[in-house]
Amino acid sequence: MQAVKETSLLKLSKVNKSFSGIRILKDIDLEIKAGEVHILLGENGAGKSTLIKIVTGAYRKDSGEIYWEGNRVAIESPLDAMNLGIATIYQELNLIPELTVYENIYLGREIKNSGKFSLLNQKEMKKRVAEYLKRLNLDISPEDKVSSLGIGKQQLVEIIRALMMDTRLIIMDEPTASLSASETETLLKIIDDLRKQGIAIIYISHRLDEIKQIGDRITILRDGCKMATLPVKKTSTEQMIQLMVGRQLKDQYPKESFTIGAEGLKVEDLRLRKRKETISFTAYQGQILGIAGLVGAGRTELARAIFGAEPIESGKVYVFGEEVTIRSPQDAIQAGLALISEDRKGEGLILDLDLEFNMTLTSLKRLKQGAFLRFKKLNEEANRYLHELRIRPSDVDVPARKLSGGNQQKVVIAKWLATNAKVFIFDEPTRGIDVGAKVEVYRLMNDLVKQGKVVIMISSDLPELLGMCDRILVMHEGKMTADLSREEADQEIIMKAATGGIQNA
Amino acid sequence: MLDVAGKVSAEKKIAKGFLDKFGALIGLILLSVTLTLLTDKFLTLDNLMNIFRQSSVNCLLAIGMLLTILTAGIDLSVGSILAISTMLMGIVVVKWGMNPILGMAVCLGVGAFFGWLNGILLTKLRLPHPFISTLGTMNIARGLALIVTAAAPIAGFPYMIQFVGREFIGPVPISFLLVIIVYVGFHLFLTRTATGRYIYAIGGNKEAARLSGINVNRVLVIVYTMSGLMAALAGLVMVGRVNSAFPLAGLSYELDAIAAVIIGGASFFGGVGTVWGTMIGALIIAVLRNGLNLLNVSADFQMAVIGFVIITAVFIDVLRQRASKM
Repeated sequence: MQAVKETSLLKLSKVNKSFSGIRILKDIDLEIKAGEVHILLGENGAGKSTLIKIVTGAYRKDSGEIYWEGNRVAIESPLDAMNLGIATIYQELNLIPELTVYENIYLGREIKNSGKFSLLNQKEMKKRVAEYLKRLNLDISPEDKVSSLGIGKQQLVEIIRALMMDTRLIIMDEPTASLSASETETLLKIIDDLRKQGIAIIYISHRLDEIKQIGDRITILRDGCKMATLPVKKTSTEQMIQLMVGRQLKDQYPKESFTIGAEGLKVEDLRLRKRKETISFTAYQGQILGIAGLVGAGRTELARAIFGAEPIESGKVYVFGEEVTIRSPQDAIQAGLALISEDRKGEGLILDLDLEFNMTLTSLKRLKQGAFLRFKKLNEEANRYLHELRIRPSDVDVPARKLSGGNQQKVVIAKWLATNAKVFIFDEPTRGIDVGAKVEVYRLMNDLVKQGKVVIMISSDLPELLGMCDRILVMHEGKMTADLSREEADQEIIMKAATGGIQNA
Repeated sequence: MLDVAGKVSAEKKIAKGFLDKFGALIGLILLSVTLTLLTDKFLTLDNLMNIFRQSSVNCLLAIGMLLTILTAGIDLSVGSILAISTMLMGIVVVKWGMNPILGMAVCLGVGAFFGWLNGILLTKLRLPHPFISTLGTMNIARGLALIVTAAAPIAGFPYMIQFVGREFIGPVPISFLLVIIVYVGFHLFLTRTATGRYIYAIGGNKEAARLSGINVNRVLVIVYTMSGLMAALAGLVMVGRVNSAFPLAGLSYELDAIAAVIIGGASFFGGVGTVWGTMIGALIIAVLRNGLNLLNVSADFQMAVIGFVIITAVFIDVLRQRASKM
C-alpha cells in the first residue's frame, strides 16, 4: 500500500564522533530511503542527537562517510545540509512570534518583485502559502500572527516552512511532545502524505504507539552503537525496548500500592487568574494523584498557582491540615511544596552551571555555617544524589547543559529532594525522556510515596497516568471535570472528561 | 577504557579551567613584558605602585559593575554616583565644617542610596532593563551633583578624608590595599555565601532561580546597592588623590568599569565572571594607559587602543567557547 521507493537518499557509513576523548558514536551505518518514515529510537545519551547534528551540519564527524543519492558529500555546516534538502524540526520552535505565518515561512528567502528596488512581493507569497495551507486542509491563514496560534499550529507552520524549501529529508525531533491528541493526529496524517510524495522522514520519538502507527523502518541506538535496523511492522514493542535498553524491561509502569494516609495537600475553591471556575481537590499520603487534561486545560497554571509562581484570585491551600499562605515560590518551599516544572531547561536548571550548583541551589540555607557555605557538605550532598539517582556522567562539576534529558530531569528532582519537601508536584515529568529513565522516575515517585510524601503528577501521557496513579483528576478549560479512582479510569472516560464531554466531578 | 576516557576529560577540564582562570592574566603578563622591553621606565617600583594607585578607582567601580553584570544587568550610573556622593560629602565636611567621619558616612550613604534606588526602579517599578533605570539615575545624579554647588568644585578636605587616597604604607598605596581588602571580601561573598550563589543563579536563569525559591528582587536590590556603595568608595579614594570634589568627576567612568569586567572574562549575558578576572581586567586597562603614556602616545590614540583590546579580549573568549562546543 505504501509505496516505499527503494532508492537510497542518505547513507552514513562508519561514522564516528567523540567529545573530550569519549566516543559518542561508534561506526554508525545508516541508510534512509526516499519515501520512508525512519524511526530513530534510543535512550537519552545513546547518541541520537549527536547523529542528527552530524546530518544537519551542526557537528562535524570525526571519521566516516556520508552519501547523498549515492554521491559522497561533505556536510560541514547547516547551510550545506539545507542545500542538499535536509530540514530539521526541533522541539523548540524557531519562529518569530511577532511576524505572520507567511512572513515566517519566507523568512530569509522572500519573493521579490523584479524591478529596480526589488520590493517584497507580498501578494505572491501570501498566495502560495494560502494554496499550501488549503491543500493540507489546515485552518490557518497566511496573515495570522504566529504568536496568536497554539503551539500545535506553530509546529505545523514550521513543518510547512521546511516543505516549501524543496526539502527531500525532514528530521523531526519529538515533534508531538507538546501537541494535543488531535494536533498529533493532524501531524501524523501530514507525515503520511509526505511519505507518499517521496519525502523521507527521520522521526525521533519515545512514544511507542506513535512509532507503531507511522514508522516504516526503525533503527535502534544504544551507547553510541547501532543495534539494528528493522521493519516496524515486524517488530514487537518488547523487542524494541529490549534492543534499546539492553535488558528485558519487565514493567513499564512499576506501580506499587500503599495504604492511604493523611490529607497532604488540600486545595479549596482556588480561582486562577482570568478563569471563572474554582478548583478544589485533595491529595493524600500513600497515593499518586494524577491530573489529566488537554494542553491548555489549565493544569500547569494550577500547579504554578499552588506553588506561588503565579498569582491567584482567591482560594485556600492546606498542607497536612494547616492552612498556608503562598504568595511566592519561597513561601511554597517554606510550606513544604516542590514543583518539578514541565520546562526543565527554561525553569528547572541553570544550564551553564554545574550539577552541584544546581542540585544544592534550593537548600543553601541548610548547608551553611554562619555566613559561609560548607563546601564539603555541598559536595557530599551533591555526590549522594548523583549516586542515589544514578545520574550520568557521575561528576558534580559538569555543566547541566551537557546532560541528556533524562539525566537533567534527575538533577531537577535531586534539587527538590534536597529541600525535604512534603508535597511533590511533577509537571510532565517524563516528557522527552527515554523508557529506561522514565521507569527510574516512576520508581522515585514510589519511593517518595513510601516515605510518606504526597505525589501529584500532571501528564499528557494517558498510559502513564493509568499505569502509575491511584486517582486521576481531569481538567477541561480551567475546571475539574472528573475525579476517577484507579478502577474507574480508562482512556475513553478521561478523554471524554478532558474534552468537556463530562461536566461535573 | 573508561578510566582512560575519564582521565583525558579530567585533563582537558584542568586545561580549560586554566585558560578560563588565567587567560586574562596571561594577557596582562604579555603586555607587561612587552612594555618592559620597550621602555626602561615601566618596570620600576615607583611606576608599578603608580599603576596600582591609578587603577584603584576603576577597580572599585568595576567590582560593583561585576555584580550587576553577573545578574545579566548593568549599572551606567556609577560615575555619576561617584560625583554626587563626593559633592555631598564636600558640602557636609568643607562647607558646613562637620566631622569628617560623618562626612565619609554621608558619602557612602548617598552612594548606597542611589544604588538602592536603581534596585527599586528595576524591581518595584519594573522598568524593563537596568540599562534604562541606571541611565535615568545617571542623569539625575549628575544633574544633582552640578546643582548642589552651582557647578563649583569643592577643595580643601581634611587629612582624614584624604588619607586613603593619598597615603602609602612603605611604597604601597593605601588605596590599593583597600582594593585588595574589598576584592577578598567580594570573592568570599560571591563564592562562599548563599547570596553570592544566588547572584550567579539569577544571571544564569532568572526564572529557574525564582522557582528555586530565591527572592530575586531582594538579591537584585542588594546588588545595585552594593554597586552604588562601591562607587561612593571609589569617590572617597579619588577625593583623597586630587584633594577636591567636582561635579563632573567620574564622567564616563562606567565605561572603563564595564571594560574591566568584560576583559576580565565575565559574560555580558550574566552568570559567568570572577572577582580576580575583573581585577586583572582593570589592571590591563591601567597598564595599557600607563605604558602608552610612557611611550608618549597621545590620549586620543590610547582610547582607540583600549577599544581594540576590548574587542580582542572578547573575541578570544568567543573563539574559546566555540572550540569547547564543537
